[in-house]
Amino acid sequence: MLEFIYTSATEKENSSQDHVSSGPLLSLFSQVVLKIIKHYQEEGQGTEVVQGVLLGLVVDDRLEITNCFPFPQHTEDDADFDEVQYQMEMMRSLRHVNIDHLHVGWYQSTYYGSFVSRALLDSQFSYQHAIEESVVLIYDPIKTAQGSLSLKAYRLTPKLMEICKEKDFTPEGLKKANIGFEHMFEEVPIVIKNSHLISVLMWELEDKSTVADKHELLNLSSSNHLEKSLQLLMDRVDDMCQDIVKYNTYSRNLSKQQQQKHQYLQRRQQENAQRQSRGEPPLPEEDISKMNKPPQPPPRMDTLLIAGQINNYCQNVKEFTSQTLGKLFMAEALQGHN
Amino acid sequence: LLFKMSVFGPVVKIHPVVLASICDSYERRNEGASRVIGTLLTIDKHSIEVTNCFSVPHNESEDEVAVDMEFAKNMYELHKRVSPTEVIIGYATGFDITEHSVLIHEYYSREASNPIHLTVDTALQSGKMNIRAYVAQMGVPGKTVGVMFTPLTVKYIYYDTERIGDLLQRTRITASRTKGLTSDLSQVAGSAARIQDMLTTVLAYIEDVLSGKVTADNSVGRFLMDLVNKVPTISAEDFENMLNSNINDLLMVTYLSNLTQAQIALNEKLVVL
Repeated sequence: MLEFIYTSATEKENSSQDHVSSGPLLSLFSQVVLKIIKHYQEEGQGTEVVQGVLLGLVVDDRLEITNCFPFPQHTEDDADFDEVQYQMEMMRSLRHVNIDHLHVGWYQSTYYGSFVSRALLDSQFSYQHAIEESVVLIYDPIKTAQGSLSLKAYRLTPKLMEICKEKDFTPEGLKKANIGFEHMFEEVPIVIKNSHLISVLMWELEDKSTVADKHELLNLSSSNHLEKSLQLLMDRVDDMCQDIVKYNTYSRNLSKQQQQKHQYLQRRQQENAQRQSRGEPPLPEEDISKMNKPPQPPPRMDTLLIAGQINNYCQNVKEFTSQTLGKLFMAEALQGHN
Repeated sequence: LLFKMSVFGPVVKIHPVVLASICDSYERRNEGASRVIGTLLTIDKHSIEVTNCFSVPHNESEDEVAVDMEFAKNMYELHKRVSPTEVIIGYATGFDITEHSVLIHEYYSREASNPIHLTVDTALQSGKMNIRAYVAQMGVPGKTVGVMFTPLTVKYIYYDTERIGDLLQRTRITASRTKGLTSDLSQVAGSAARIQDMLTTVLAYIEDVLSGKVTADNSVGRFLMDLVNKVPTISAEDFENMLNSNINDLLMVTYLSNLTQAQIALNEKLVVL
C-alpha cells in the first residue's frame, strides 16, 4: 500500500521534471508573496481572479522578482485605457522610490487550479514576446489555506511561442510543431529569497508574534475539496467530449465530401466519355472546389487548452490524494491498531 | 540592560506585508538618506489595522524636510483604484522620533484625522529591530497645540493565508537565505516532523515532572489531559471501516484521474498529431 503512495507521489515529480524550464530560475522575495496573498484576501473573495504585475530584474541566470503591484478589477467602463495608464503611472511612481520597474511577468489567482484558458495564453504570450524570461505566477489561495503555500510559475515553451506568433492554429500547424498538451507550459522552480534585513524582521516577528501555529496541513477532511475538484474535472471532460464530437462530425463531413467529389468526378468522366462517343464536345470541367467547399477544420487550440487543463486537474487531484492517504495512515498509527 | 516598554492604550495591528515593504524600501533608499518615509493604509477605517503601505520620496536636511506630497497623492489614487476602501491612516519612518517627525506629522494631519506614526528601527540601533507606533496627542484645544507622541501597543495580525506564507519564510535560516517550495508528500512529512518535535518536547517535560526534577504545573497538566482526550476512541471495527472507505475513495479518484490522463493522451495521438 505504501509503495503505491510513493509511486503516485514520485510519478508527479518525475513528470514535472520532464518539462522543467531550461530558462532562468526564479527567485522570489518574500514580500512579493505576502503582497499577493494579501491582494487575494482583500479583493478576491469569490470566483473572481485577481491579477497583478510582477517587477524585478534578471541577475546572472536567474530572474529575481522583487516587487509587485495589483491590478484593479475589470470594470465595465473603459477597462483597457485604464489599465495601460494605471500601469504607466504605477511604474513611474515606483521608479521614484528606486523600486525595480522592469516588467518581468504577472500573477493571477486561480480557483482549484483552473487557469489554462485562452486569456491566460494570450496575456502570457504578449508578455513573453516583449520580455523573454517573463513568467506567470499562479497562486492557489484555497490550497494555501489548507496548509501549504501554493505558488507556481509557468512559462510558455518555445514551441508554443512559435505557434502563437504565427497564429497558425490549424491541425497541420500543430502537427508540424509536434506539440502535445504536456508541452504547452513549462514550470519554473521557485526559490524564496530574502535580504538580511528581512531575515532580521522575520526573527523579530517570530519573537513577538503571539499567534499560535495552525497545522492546517494535517486536517483530515478531504471530501469537500475532492468533490469540487472532481466537479471541475467532469465539466472539462464534458467540454472535451463535445470537442471530440465536433471533430468527429468534421472528419465525417470531410470524408463524405471527398466521396461526393469523387462520385461527381466519375460521373463527369463517364458523361464525357459518352459525349465523346457521341461526338459532342465534352462538358467543361467545372471548378469543383467552388461547388463543394471543404468544411472548416475545427480549431485545435481549444482542444489543446482543454487537454492541458484536464491534465492539470488530474495532477492536482493526484497530489491531493497522495497527501490525504499519508494523513490517513498517520491517523491509523495514532489509533494504535494494526 | 533591557528595559521593556509596556504600554497600554489602543492597539495598532500591523500586517507583516507592511513591515516587509518598509524594510525593502529602506534598502533601496537614496544615497545619503538615513531614513525613508511612507504612507500607511488601512482597509477598514473603523479599526486600527494597517494593511498596506507605499513609500514616498523625501529630502531631509539639517533643519527642513521636504516630502513629495504630490507623489503621495498620486500613489494613493492609484492604490484606491485597486481597493476602493483603502484609507490613509498614518505614516512610517526609519528609527527614532526627531524634530522632523513633527513636521511630517503635520503634513499627514491634513490627510488623516489622527495619523499613526510608525517607526521601524531598520538600522538596528539596539541590536534588534524595534517596531513602535505612536499617536500624537494634541495639547489643549483652542490654544496652541503641542505635539507629544504617545506610544501604542503594536500587535501583529495575520490573515489565515498570510500565516502560511510566514511559516515558509521562517524556515529560511539557511546560509544562502533561500528556500525552495516543497510539494506533495514532503509537506505532510514536514508537518508530521514538526508535530513529532513538539511531542518529544512535551514528553521530555513529562519525564522531568515524573522524576521530580520540575514541579508539576496544574494548568499544563490540564492541557495535557485535553490533548490525550482529543484522540477519539473509536472501536477498532468502526475505525477500520472508516479508514477503508476513505482509502477506497481516494484510490478510486487516483485511478480515475490516471485514466483520464491516459485518455487525453490517446485522444491527442489520434486526433491532433
